[in-house]
Amino acid sequence: MLLFYVFGAAAVIASLLVIAQRNPIYSVLLLIASFGALSGLYILLEAPFVAVIQIIIYAGAIMVLFLFVVMLLNAPREETTEDVPTWAARTSRAGVARFGVALSIALGLELVWALTKHGGESGAFAGGSVASVSAIGRLLFTRYAFPFEVTSVLILIAMVGAVVLARRDPAKEGH
Amino acid sequence: MTPLLIAQVALTLLVFVALLSSAAGLVYAERKVAARLQQRLGPYLVGPRGLLQPLADIVKLMFKEELRPRAADPLLFALAPVISATAAFTAFAVVPFGAGTTLFGWLREPLRLQVADVNVAILVIFAVGSMSVYGIVLAGWSSNSKYSLLGGLRSSAQMISYELSYGLALAGVLVVSNSLRLTDIVNHQGGTWFGFLPRWFVFVQPVGFLIFMTAGIAETNRAPFDFPEAEQELVAGYHTEYSSMNFAMFFLAEYVNMVTVSAVATDLFLGGWHGPFLPESLGWIWFLIKVGAILFFYIWMRWTLPRYRYDQLMRFGWKVLLPLGVVNLLATAAGVLFLGA
Repeated sequence: MLLFYVFGAAAVIASLLVIAQRNPIYSVLLLIASFGALSGLYILLEAPFVAVIQIIIYAGAIMVLFLFVVMLLNAPREETTEDVPTWAARTSRAGVARFGVALSIALGLELVWALTKHGGESGAFAGGSVASVSAIGRLLFTRYAFPFEVTSVLILIAMVGAVVLARRDPAKEGH
Repeated sequence: MTPLLIAQVALTLLVFVALLSSAAGLVYAERKVAARLQQRLGPYLVGPRGLLQPLADIVKLMFKEELRPRAADPLLFALAPVISATAAFTAFAVVPFGAGTTLFGWLREPLRLQVADVNVAILVIFAVGSMSVYGIVLAGWSSNSKYSLLGGLRSSAQMISYELSYGLALAGVLVVSNSLRLTDIVNHQGGTWFGFLPRWFVFVQPVGFLIFMTAGIAETNRAPFDFPEAEQELVAGYHTEYSSMNFAMFFLAEYVNMVTVSAVATDLFLGGWHGPFLPESLGWIWFLIKVGAILFFYIWMRWTLPRYRYDQLMRFGWKVLLPLGVVNLLATAAGVLFLGA
């Protein structure tokens, strides 16, 4: 239980610090730390496979790409927004505030709903232990085969789209 | 404290010290082999046959001045070598290097020759490997030097590209052995076929082994894939601005990573501690011999092949190694399905 609080606190604090940073590189690193803490929580839930995958996919692969982009663009430190016209400044501040309040109410309601709803369909995982790799694989390719394939097609579409958008038109370049 | 716990702690310390000294030994081996391949003498002044040269190097490094560029990010500049070294040592924790031993009957249950027996060991190695990228990338960025930055960027691109092939080569072995636990995978390779051919996975997965070794060289940033630190173009790449012990930590990480990749390759493809002539309890000798052979191969490659060009490296990774890995995995899966492994 002590470990739960340690990892939980680390995850929350790191996540909060992500948005409190001026330097985007520090934000990326803190997000990695937060993922690491989440992975610790997964281990406590006796799901080592999910924990390690969390590190490989999120903290490893995806965050390296984030860091790569931040470094390539050489994103500068965020300066205070007082004088700089930003999205927030250009939109009416009252409108933004109203949107923010609405969003937090919605999130709060969702949290209450999630906490009060014990067990039910969302809590229980259909059949088999989450710890075993073969159980996860079997579930993914039988019961959840359709959502799994839909997700992969979605990612493929995003990938093709990114390639099309990033590709320079050879006809315009003249070769 | 139970005897088993004491033995476990002692074993962990032993592994740590062994990894540290293996780095020193590898530096010496590298210089001696390089000299031999280039018809030179190599280190020969310090100690008999120059054997104490690594110690002299360490002392020299410790007494060097610690430098930091004024415009560098102080926190990340200090953190980067620590990440590199920590990740290098952590990965070895899940690698088994021998069958269990009771230490001549002192322990009631056998002690596994491995720091941590994790049931997703292969994935842990993979995960720690993906973390070690950050050490290099951050070193490159925080130094605030163009050579370092380019070295860091190249390294991250290279590691992302080759991690995929590395993972696919691992997956082939997983499909055959039906386990993620390295101990199970090694035990799966005991015995022989037809009475003489050892049941090593290198004979079942020859393509996988080649992919693994190639991607392993790229992952450890060794020649001919040592772009992150290509001297002629980048001075010294990501560690250009580092000196003294901070530099030594990168150096240490590189050699420990080499040992880890060799040890994993031994466990996955070369039958781990299984071998003829020796009893099971002395299997770790076989393990050391095999790891040593792979390390020698690494050094040999470095001083034989010239460095590729960066675009060649990328083309090779994505257009040759990755498709080959996918085909290998598919063929393996089909084979297991139809032949029943």
